Amino acid sequence: MSEHEHDHDHPHEPIGNGDEPPAAARARALEQLLIEKGAISHEDVRKRIDWLVSRSPADGARLVARAWVDPDFKRRLLADARSAALELGLDPGPSPVVVAVENTDDVHHMVVCTLCSCYPRALLGPPPAWYKSTSYRSRAVSDPRRVLDEFGVELGDDVELRVLDSTADIRYLVMPRRPAGTEGMSEDELAALITRDSMIGVAQPAAPAPIG
Amino acid sequence: MERSVHDRGGRPDDAPIDRSEHELADWELLTDALVGALGARGLMNVDEMRRGIESMPPDQYERASYYERWLFAIETNMTEKGVLAPDELDARVGG
Amino acid sequence: MTYQPGQRVRVAARSHEGHHRTPGYVKGKTGTVERAHGSFRNPETRAYGADGLPEQRLYLVGFAQRDVWPDYAGESRDRIYLDLFEHWLEDAE
Repeated sequence: MSEHEHDHDHPHEPIGNGDEPPAAARARALEQLLIEKGAISHEDVRKRIDWLVSRSPADGARLVARAWVDPDFKRRLLADARSAALELGLDPGPSPVVVAVENTDDVHHMVVCTLCSCYPRALLGPPPAWYKSTSYRSRAVSDPRRVLDEFGVELGDDVELRVLDSTADIRYLVMPRRPAGTEGMSEDELAALITRDSMIGVAQPAAPAPIG
Repeated sequence: MERSVHDRGGRPDDAPIDRSEHELADWELLTDALVGALGARGLMNVDEMRRGIESMPPDQYERASYYERWLFAIETNMTEKGVLAPDELDARVGG
Repeated sequence: MTYQPGQRVRVAARSHEGHHRTPGYVKGKTGTVERAHGSFRNPETRAYGADGLPEQRLYLVGFAQRDVWPDYAGESRDRIYLDLFEHWLEDAE
């Protein structure tokens, strides 16, 4: 970090400046200039980085796990996911409306943003690279069953597939189906099965580990 | 109807989706944070930022990585608003 | 006009030079209002330094995939949903 004289005390140290693209130097120069001009402060940037690295799919998984074990909470989650997140002490992010959609035996939801990369970052962390890729953005709307197939999700002919293209201010979170064989599991154990991709709708939750 | 470069839905694309995981590099997190910080200060909202991305020449958009597009949008908006002088960033990077 | 869930709407087929949130693939297509999200600042003006007021109503609108992609390879029951601003919708009842 030779030219990066100020100390961001966040955990993401660069792996090696030698491999960095020219954009890396550009980003640092931009930061310097914006701070010199008083447009933003060091503290602003540090706080944002702290927030970004603190976000993870574990928060979304807590919401889903609670909904799996508590039917009243599930009703509240499906009615107003933002309030449900606040109820669990989670940060639902800046979007005024967060919508949770439920996958069932008959209906499967998956989420895309064809115009850009809208994603419930506060509850799931930064979107994966593939979610932002032009190939996912192109194909998820017009050829979603083949995309799901690539991700290893097999949908029956009798399942209705619903693709959600998040074009505006609303953020969508998929509530996956609870796997069979999880009846005796605790909420924490259930949360560990709920992957990021299952909350985007391109995976099923992990199968429970066999007992013994 | 002519569609802009960012309007991807349903474009012919047979490329398999590259599902490899990518941990954000330091500069990518920084770029993300700059957008957030400018937003909090009322200097660039999400629509201005996206308009900035969408104003990239199409061939440049296609070549750019995700956060390179964000950098372009910040520079475009900050130059428009007079926070940055034209070519000031180039000069700083080059110097 | 205000739309209600269940109402049939057609997406305006107009082109628009600047920033907007209506993807090309859905322009001119007819679907059904699924839910009303409330009102939000207009990104079409907010992208150019304005305040985005007055706010515009935003709806979740659902379409049969086969109405959107004539050669859709999936099941006929498959659907696609998008959030669309009211000024892009026309009554199709």
